[in-house]
Amino acid sequence: MTDNRFFNRSELIGILVLAVFLVVVLPLTLDVFRLNLVAKYLTYAFVALGLVICWGYGGILSLGQGVFFGLGGYCMAMFLKLEASSVENTKIQSTPGIPDFMDWNQITSLPLLWQPFHSLTFTILAIILVPGIFALIIGTAMFKRRVGGTYFAIITQAVAAILTILIVGQQGYTGGINGMTDLRTLKGWDIRPDHAKIVLYFFEVGLLLACIMIAQFVRHSKLGRILVAMREKEDRVRFSGYSVANFKIFAFCIAAVFAAIGGAMFALNVGFMSPSFVGIVPSIEMVIYTAVGGRLSILGAVYGTLLVNFAKTSLSESFPELWLFGLGGLFITVVLAFPNGLAGIWGDYVQPRIDRLISSRKPKPEGWTDNSVADGAPAE
Amino acid sequence: MLVGQQPREFLLAVEALTVSFDGFKAVNDLSFYVDENEIRVIIGPNGAGKTTVLDLICGKTRATSGSIQFRGKELTRMKENEIVKTGVGRKFQNPSIYDDLTVFENLEISYPRGRSVFGALTFTRDAAVRDRVHEVAEMIFLQDRLNMSADLLSHGQKQWLEIGMLLIQDPDLLMLDEPVAGMSVSERAKTAELLNRIIKNRSVLVIEHDMKFVEDIAHKVTVLHQGQILSEGTMDKVKNDPKVIEVYLGH
Repeated sequence: MTDNRFFNRSELIGILVLAVFLVVVLPLTLDVFRLNLVAKYLTYAFVALGLVICWGYGGILSLGQGVFFGLGGYCMAMFLKLEASSVENTKIQSTPGIPDFMDWNQITSLPLLWQPFHSLTFTILAIILVPGIFALIIGTAMFKRRVGGTYFAIITQAVAAILTILIVGQQGYTGGINGMTDLRTLKGWDIRPDHAKIVLYFFEVGLLLACIMIAQFVRHSKLGRILVAMREKEDRVRFSGYSVANFKIFAFCIAAVFAAIGGAMFALNVGFMSPSFVGIVPSIEMVIYTAVGGRLSILGAVYGTLLVNFAKTSLSESFPELWLFGLGGLFITVVLAFPNGLAGIWGDYVQPRIDRLISSRKPKPEGWTDNSVADGAPAE
Repeated sequence: MLVGQQPREFLLAVEALTVSFDGFKAVNDLSFYVDENEIRVIIGPNGAGKTTVLDLICGKTRATSGSIQFRGKELTRMKENEIVKTGVGRKFQNPSIYDDLTVFENLEISYPRGRSVFGALTFTRDAAVRDRVHEVAEMIFLQDRLNMSADLLSHGQKQWLEIGMLLIQDPDLLMLDEPVAGMSVSERAKTAELLNRIIKNRSVLVIEHDMKFVEDIAHKVTVLHQGQILSEGTMDKVKNDPKVIEVYLGH
């Protein structure tokens, strides 16, 4: 059997198809500009992937994933901004060697908080740890007190709003509403030309596949089943000897770290970071990507994100003012008609046909079980 | 266990237990003791505080005052999952199982290993787990349903599954809230048989209304009324207690 701790056979095929699509098909068919757009979309796929674990499996709806996307993105952007603000590059400023927006805000020396971001190692650790610890604090404060459901969602919204206000308000330290722009090099390697965009795209796809494997591992572990159990009968899990709060905190933290990795890749691929990717609206959009893809489907999260973003780009190019209505309509349609999103449509309509085609050609192997039951069934 | 061991240790000692919800005392100065390997049935009219007593023991509700000692450990200050680890298992009134998981997975989650976050991530379904799940599944008449989604079970089977989920924990004190409610006659008989089999080496605290069933299984009966003990003793004694007849059996 190919079943193991990461995937069963049909999931392996799904992951391979996605890998071929991202690694071979898209780079061969798209020009660099479009490929870079895909890279930007895929940064949101990290967030959607985290939401599958946290919301889909754990039932914890977070409407504030933009916070973690932003924290990861800002950590990366701070490093890149510092590198772009060498004394040589900024000699026309009244204080050379600090980011331009600080100079505009009459700040004359690099703030203490910024100092460690000269180090790439520190930055990478910060991308993981800052959102991870922040999620741990929020999660502990909420879940240990048994705050859940709608209340939790509202609080995450509030956190997203607060962080946006903070970033916009502290212009001298954060770049304010404009964010951090004009990011240029990573350890001396220019991230702006086409060939760099391509390298970054492949690096990002690699990271995304790694995160998919982590998500698969979580889903196939007993922890994945406990999350499902908790979503249904929280008390039963609690009175079976588990600390429900700890499992929720874990799911929330892993979603936060995935989102942060996406945010960091966003800063690298797009070359800037701004509060418009942190607040309430982007956070809700990220939930919509997950819902469209199917909140229980790890791969669906990636396809959902790509699909919604392609639609967004093409629609907003032609009808910019209609896009938000379109997005809202799409969300309502999906929730009402296809609660399991694209993955549900695939599982209900497409997969059975493929199975029938295959099974009509060859006799059923021994131990063959009905697919709908076999999915998630014990591997025996 | 040695007879005459001393001092005499109760498995569960509930003393002066009181819980008040906005001044209403659902359980009022309640004291009772459960021995090792005893089957105790709690009966009483609706609103007598029966379920609340189980909630207090398993930590779902916090006591206002009083103490609950289990094997000498004070439960009133412990967290729910710690109470489970000391050996208390609780079945809820409505079958509380995981519909989206299979029967096997339902039982596996209750297997007492890998209960921390890290433990659950690294948990492996080894031979010990599989054997135990199969063994329990056989006891609860579900050995052919292991790969079935739990959601497809009948009401009675769901009740058995939850009992099985408790058995796999191997608790020293098993608390069952109306285990035969809503069951057919044949399912009731099978459940009584099941309970009689699983009570070996453990104590059981049962809430039940079905008097025939109570008579079949109870060693001792406690009658609750308005959060207090109305009568306690063998089934015969309780049945003939005029106070019990008046408030409960007479109706």
